Amino acid sequence: MLSRVADAIYWMARYLERVADVARLIDVNLTLTLDLPDEPEPQWRAVVTTTGDIDAFTAVHPCPTADAVIDFLVFDQENPNSVYRGLRAARENARSVREIISSEVWEQINRFYLLVTNTRYSAAIDAPSEFFEQVRISSHLIEGVIDGTMSHGEAWHFARLGRLLERGEQTARLLDTKYFLLLPSPEYIGSTVDDIQWSAVLRSASAFEMYRKRHGRVEPQRVVEFLLLDRYFPRATHHCVIQADESLHHVSGSPVGTFHNAAERELGRLRGEFAFSEASDIMSGGLHEYLDQLQTKFGRVGTGIQKTFFGLRPAATDDITPAANE
Amino acid sequence: MSRHYLPITLSCYIFVEMTFQAYETDGFFDEYFENVSLPRDHARLVVDAINALDVGDLQRKQHAAEKVLLQMGITFNVYGDSGGAERIFPFDALPRIVPQAEWLAVERGLSQRVTALNHFIDDIYHDQRIVKDRVVPADLIASAAGFRPQCVGLNPSRGVWCHVTGSDLVRDRDGTFHVLEDNIRTPSGASYMLGNRVVIKRTFPRLFSAARVLPVADYANRLRSALEYLAPDGLPSPRIVVLTPGMYNSAYYEHSFLAQQMGVDLVEGSDLVIDDGYVRMRTTRGLERVDVIYRRIDDDFIDPEAFRPDSMLGVPGLFEVYRSGRVALANAPGTGVADDKVIYAYVPAMIRYYLDEDALLPNVPTYLCWRDVDRRHVLANIESLVVKAANESGGYGMLVGPASTRAECEEFRRRVSDNPRNYIAQPTLALSRVPVLCDGHFEGRHVDLRPYILMTDRPYVTPGGLTRVALQKGSLVVNSSQGGGSKDTWIVPGEATHA
Repeated sequence: MLSRVADAIYWMARYLERVADVARLIDVNLTLTLDLPDEPEPQWRAVVTTTGDIDAFTAVHPCPTADAVIDFLVFDQENPNSVYRGLRAARENARSVREIISSEVWEQINRFYLLVTNTRYSAAIDAPSEFFEQVRISSHLIEGVIDGTMSHGEAWHFARLGRLLERGEQTARLLDTKYFLLLPSPEYIGSTVDDIQWSAVLRSASAFEMYRKRHGRVEPQRVVEFLLLDRYFPRATHHCVIQADESLHHVSGSPVGTFHNAAERELGRLRGEFAFSEASDIMSGGLHEYLDQLQTKFGRVGTGIQKTFFGLRPAATDDITPAANE
Repeated sequence: MSRHYLPITLSCYIFVEMTFQAYETDGFFDEYFENVSLPRDHARLVVDAINALDVGDLQRKQHAAEKVLLQMGITFNVYGDSGGAERIFPFDALPRIVPQAEWLAVERGLSQRVTALNHFIDDIYHDQRIVKDRVVPADLIASAAGFRPQCVGLNPSRGVWCHVTGSDLVRDRDGTFHVLEDNIRTPSGASYMLGNRVVIKRTFPRLFSAARVLPVADYANRLRSALEYLAPDGLPSPRIVVLTPGMYNSAYYEHSFLAQQMGVDLVEGSDLVIDDGYVRMRTTRGLERVDVIYRRIDDDFIDPEAFRPDSMLGVPGLFEVYRSGRVALANAPGTGVADDKVIYAYVPAMIRYYLDEDALLPNVPTYLCWRDVDRRHVLANIESLVVKAANESGGYGMLVGPASTRAECEEFRRRVSDNPRNYIAQPTLALSRVPVLCDGHFEGRHVDLRPYILMTDRPYVTPGGLTRVALQKGSLVVNSSQGGGSKDTWIVPGEATHA
């Protein structure tokens, strides 16, 4: 398979996952703010901080209101991390490999894109839940159509690899939202507000119900364990890493547990770490610090994939690999 | 083929009464009717079938045809639209029909023509015997925009230069086929020929089967074989690719469609590298060797080291590998020299020179403005002539005298006087007409025809080709950029119907 084609499919899947995760985060916070006693601004500030856009956001919006955040994270054509821009990138990638993906996949992506471009900002603000539900459904639909209509060969595995790495990383970011959410004072720890916030984190990952079945009471350490370390919950980072690793080895043909290139080495290391991690260690070392390091490790996996599969250069010009690929 | 901006409109096809009763031939050669009341033999089956349909049937068929076109996504890209709108090529459901006996003559004529053109290009880049023997003037070659000095002495694989040719044919007032021009660089439109056929089969399945139409569906197979033919000897499964300028090119759909139908990779210049003397493509498993490239990028852009240094589309070093015979290109670079509209006028002479035969298919009479006597005639009669720039296509750089204002004619008089080498003129032809569906009835519209000729050890001509139709009433310009649409072309058993 052409490197360019694999690259486009991988990024198509990553972008599609990313926009759905951002939409989910906003949706949950919309509901959450209704249950909170205080001003919702800190909550919304936390959302924008989590997505890593707080500087760009404050440059255009003086105050982090719900409307401003929705405008910025969903519709803003200038914000490269907005849902609109993400979908445009996903669609452009899909368009460049139309002969590889099935036409049903293409049509669904096109519809998803039209849904967001045809919804006016004001309409989304008036009935946000409706809009975000449609976004969520569109994302599930595309995942299903990809699984149900594309041969589970190299192209499909590249799509799956992209989707799962993005999802694993985004779930970890979600957990970090809680770090930026300062409780009004220490006595709030374990209070209703604390409980609501942790529940919201779970809901953002569509994990609340599954968590309940597994652990029952909402406790911070167990939420961390569930979202990061659970092997079976499909949005848990550990689960995503395992499945992504399987796809990576399908593509390369080498056995799981070995490595023959940078991508396999970095993802294999991450998978090994997850297999032997405990939530208590993560908490005692500092959750935020742990998540920070995790982002770096995901970054290394991405670079490894880029180098191994997409950034191929003939031997003679190996030293001029553009920095943009790093 | 140029792009267009008109979406297909259904409104044109919803009608109340659907017969040919009010149809007029207006003194043109009509390919359906000998005169108002008498259908030609080969068209009778279709005319009867249409007359037998009731309104609801036709509406359903039209609706189905449109849906198939949309689903298949047979589209042009519209530049500058970030929303990525892709438009459909307007399609008229009534087929254009040519009897097989008549077509055989066309087929023989095109085979002869392309064989001679291939000899000509090879001669021009080697000994130039045809110039030395004073059949074609030397300064004409040197001044041809498509002449590439880089190709002198080149020996393309199996001696083939023009692997895919799209010659445009027109019929005049008595129905005789003429060659209007030869497209020998990277002719496009074959995907529309194939798409139209798929649509018509779904729209008129019974009529189609009753008409016993010769198939075009094996085009992708034949194209693939023609490309495999170029691979080095003894290579059991050569790697073939289609090279496209990218997804923003107006013909991207065709590139992707042909790659998909042939089962080969669609690559962009940046997917290819020269490594160790071979062309290789970057894959997820490393660099893999490429043996044959069906390139849909113009000569000037295929290799910045050999041609235009500012090209971002090509592959640096490609031409050197090609010269050394380690990769095949189709079409060969340099074929544009025979694509020139002035050199076109010499094709009958070429046929005589190389094949010792008379041309089976006539050219349209052509005045070459660099000849003093021709130029004087053109300048004096420009209002009645069609004037064309020698190296433009897509209906650009052209004057249709009878349809132009005095100022436009003056402008072309000036251009011809300033640069006579770059202009030719032809009489305004009374192009043949075929009925199209229009506002609830049928009206005659002018058509041309582009068959595709594939060259291997012998030429192959597609039975039929892409019929382009000038949808605007009275218009003679069929280019899609100028309001043209297309029709399916049926070659059916039958005798010739004109003298």
